[in-house]
Amino acid sequence: MSLATTNSVAEIRARNKELIEEVLKVYPEKTAKRRAKHLNVHQAGKSDCGVKSNIKSIPGVMTIRGCAYAGSKGVVWGPIKDMVHISHGPVGCGQYSWGSRRNYYVGTTGIDSFVTLQFTSDFQEKDIVFGGDKKLDKILDEIQELFPLNNGITIQSECPVGLIGDDIEAVSRAKSKEYGGKTIVPVRCEGFRGVSQSLGHHIANDAVRDWIFGHIEAEGKPKFEPTPYDVAIIGDYNIGGDAWSSRILLEEMGLRVIAQWSGDGSLAELEATPKAKLNILHCYRSMNYISRHMEEKFGIPWCEYNFFGPSKIADSLRRIAGYFDDEIKEGAERVIEKYQPLVDAVIAKYRPRLEGKTVMLYVGGLRPRHVIGAYEDLGMDVIGTGYEFGHNDDYQRTAQHYVKDSTLIYDDVNGYEFERFVEKLQPDLVGSGIKEKYVFQKMSVPFRQMHSWDYSGPYHGYDGFAIFARDMDMAVNSPIWKRTKAPWKEAPSAKLQAAE
Amino acid sequence: MPQSAEHVLDHVELFRGPEYQQMLAKKKIFENPRDPAEVERIKEWTKTAEYREKNFAREALAVNPAKACQPLGAVFASVGFERTLPFVHGSQGCVAYYRSHLSRHFKEPSSCVSSSMTEDAAVFGGLNNMTDGLANSYKMYKPKMIAVSTTCMAEVIGDDLNAFIKTSKEKGSVPADFDVPFAHTPAFVGSHVTGYDNALKGILEHFWDGKAGTAPKLERKPNGAINIIGGFDGYTVGNLREIKRILELMGIQHTVLADNSEVFDTPTDGEFRMYDGGTTLKDAANAIHAKATISMQQWCTEKTLSFAAEHGQDVLSFNYPVGLSATDDFIVALSRISGKEIPEQLARERGRLVDAIADSSAHVHGKKFAIYGDPDLCYGLAAFLLELGAEPTHVLSTNGNKAWQEKMQALLASSPFGQGCQVYPGRDLWHMRSLLFTEPVDFLIGNTYGKYLERDTATPLIRIGFPIFDRHHHHRSPIWGYQGGLNVLVKILDKIFDEIDNKTNILGKTDYSFDIIR
Ligand code: SF4
Ligand code: SF4
Repeated sequence: MSLATTNSVAEIRARNKELIEEVLKVYPEKTAKRRAKHLNVHQAGKSDCGVKSNIKSIPGVMTIRGCAYAGSKGVVWGPIKDMVHISHGPVGCGQYSWGSRRNYYVGTTGIDSFVTLQFTSDFQEKDIVFGGDKKLDKILDEIQELFPLNNGITIQSECPVGLIGDDIEAVSRAKSKEYGGKTIVPVRCEGFRGVSQSLGHHIANDAVRDWIFGHIEAEGKPKFEPTPYDVAIIGDYNIGGDAWSSRILLEEMGLRVIAQWSGDGSLAELEATPKAKLNILHCYRSMNYISRHMEEKFGIPWCEYNFFGPSKIADSLRRIAGYFDDEIKEGAERVIEKYQPLVDAVIAKYRPRLEGKTVMLYVGGLRPRHVIGAYEDLGMDVIGTGYEFGHNDDYQRTAQHYVKDSTLIYDDVNGYEFERFVEKLQPDLVGSGIKEKYVFQKMSVPFRQMHSWDYSGPYHGYDGFAIFARDMDMAVNSPIWKRTKAPWKEAPSAKLQAAE
Repeated sequence: MPQSAEHVLDHVELFRGPEYQQMLAKKKIFENPRDPAEVERIKEWTKTAEYREKNFAREALAVNPAKACQPLGAVFASVGFERTLPFVHGSQGCVAYYRSHLSRHFKEPSSCVSSSMTEDAAVFGGLNNMTDGLANSYKMYKPKMIAVSTTCMAEVIGDDLNAFIKTSKEKGSVPADFDVPFAHTPAFVGSHVTGYDNALKGILEHFWDGKAGTAPKLERKPNGAINIIGGFDGYTVGNLREIKRILELMGIQHTVLADNSEVFDTPTDGEFRMYDGGTTLKDAANAIHAKATISMQQWCTEKTLSFAAEHGQDVLSFNYPVGLSATDDFIVALSRISGKEIPEQLARERGRLVDAIADSSAHVHGKKFAIYGDPDLCYGLAAFLLELGAEPTHVLSTNGNKAWQEKMQALLASSPFGQGCQVYPGRDLWHMRSLLFTEPVDFLIGNTYGKYLERDTATPLIRIGFPIFDRHHHHRSPIWGYQGGLNVLVKILDKIFDEIDNKTNILGKTDYSFDIIR
């Protein structure tokens, strides 16, 4: 029933091009020109997807993007469990991001772990007028008194902080000294900086570099004996337990994971990472900066990997093993072999139900490409994808390793464009975020949230692949999608027919 | 290997098996964990009166506050008008958050645009963002009205909405006569309920007072109609529909202002309705002629009501009327103001609520409750508990003020069941945690975030409030009106009975009391 599979590549290309033209018609001229650069039909063999990216969103179009604060507090720092993260500014930003990202951790919440608490300075008018530094000073004292087992504190700046001239760095330094060298990290991730969450990732990475790595003693004793097999997982936020279902594979192949960045991570793990022999990087977008820094400063190589779906998992295990000796290489083969029966059973069960189904994606900075392999393992076909906050290097990776010829590409898509694309292409599944979920379900298009795994997960690793397959099946094949039209209202898809 | 294709285990079960438990235990050595005895000691310490005292001595830090920021309320109010697109001037991240927040609660789309201001706008002001933004929104989403509010960025740099909108119109972003009401909604003043008030007042001011100097002011010609304002309400879908049903039953000519009961409850039938229902712009303008404006939530509408009063209307406000007496007061007021009789149907509905309370009150009577939430909601729930013979013990509202505290205290003083109750304005859920440890209660009423308190203090949580993220569809049923009161009673009773069952279901130990009839 999918339009996309019934046509030749040339036909699809022509149709997608036409679709882009059609969508651009809605805009005022200036906006149409700007948006045209973000939309394209992928051409096989090209080194990137042919779209501009990491550029300011256009006012008033209903961009799906968030802000730098979301990238720092929400993504990079928030999951570090034994530190208190202050949403510094008015109450809103911290409130809306409170507990919603499901960065799983093990700990005694409120006592030695703080991920699902919302600490905020709750700025009032007087703080805006007179500055918030005094308040911050007092907040740090209050945290020390009431949460004495915190191992460190970060200050996540919201918009006003950078506009009223506060010196949070000075406060951090002074208080750190007062508390005998306590780790206190000021982060300048005000929401107006940059064009999306992306700059927030970068700023957060830089804060680790300057305020964590910059302060550890070079010859500090590691709390554990190093081994030649020590690795760090970088850029896995343990959503629904993703980092755990990844870690288990690495350990089964004989590696030792000494740090998780940052899902279920701790300050001690961040500090120990310079001892790793290899940094393995899942979310390139949000943590390539610190990986590059560790390469330069500590000589630690890094390698990207992809733990979505068995094909990519096997590739990745072998790639990671390539950095180590034969024992590890054999370990990788052993792991792949061990899970093969599970993979076979999952594919035998779900592939027949999903074969040939089409998918459109729109996610953050990694998954628009990373999950494609997992869909393909299930026989599904990704016909459109785009990044909320990818850069050109993401589109290069996408073009070179992931998408098929004539895939529709949409960077920083907005509500209007995404609806039109989906309406016209009628995919069997859309994978995007909470703001998109109900729009498409209203249109009777099955949907899965691909940031939060729709409160399911993990999706990483072999254990995760089984869950991924189950979830995609239950979305696509839910009986409700055959019942959305009242039986007494004839034409099944009047809108689509009119559009054709 | 715990995982299998036949029985797929997700996070709820997957990590509990020995493989993962061993892995997590081994991970500990890299975490430099605290001594478990020390963790235990601090955990116990946080339950003490000493900790409570320190906790209540906090002056600067908020931990788990139960309030959101102004623009959220502005967006919520704005979508209650016909084909209205909320436009928030400032950083775009905030808008992503409001939309997510509303969608997570209502399980519905939430449409809203931002002017996407960035660093350069922080330096030069956001005029260009406004001009371009209005033009784009107008063309793309074909709204009938764009309601502008602000994030704290725009407020801190002092952008002037009135002037910006005027200039944008001159530059042709939207037609000169297109409706663009606005409200400044600084996040560092008040909370989402303040934002609701500001936005609604902004919209009424626009229509009644000459559209920012571009049209003649309306002249009020009083008629018999009544305006109703719901206020910021997680149950807006069920509640506004119930109120409209009551008004229709009574035959009262009325306008519900900011009626978002449709847009947050659209059908799934193949069509996405970005706009649905809402107060028509004509009705919003004509609302000036109404005899009276009634607000269901005083603290959501302080400015809006004074504005209506200034225009010569009678104004009246309630505090989230839940239960018998509050609904009585509401219905009687409607009858008094409109001159309409109260139909027998409502008397029967009232009788059914009385009947239900009489049947069940023995189970609620004397039970102690802690309540937190928006100021009006707290008041309404406390009042209902009092009439059930329950004992509200802690009532906490992060966005409640001194006036709220006094009004709450007066309510509690009026009932023998309110004598043991303390009222906490401006406090947060970490304060509530101390209260629940040091002065335990039988039940807690609050939003989804109360589940953390339930886990820590073992106080069973009855979910009433906003947001409710982890239970589905409750917003579709009313909690106002006699029927709504019944719904609240059932929510409370279900939890009470579940608790008795939970306490008595240990085979071989408590086979007694595990009764089939209660
Ligand atoms: S930056 Fe300000 S307006 Fe935006 S979400 Fe945060 S508190 Fe609210
Ligand atoms: S995986 Fe996606 S959502 Fe997660 S941090 Fe990376 S870009 Fe963001």
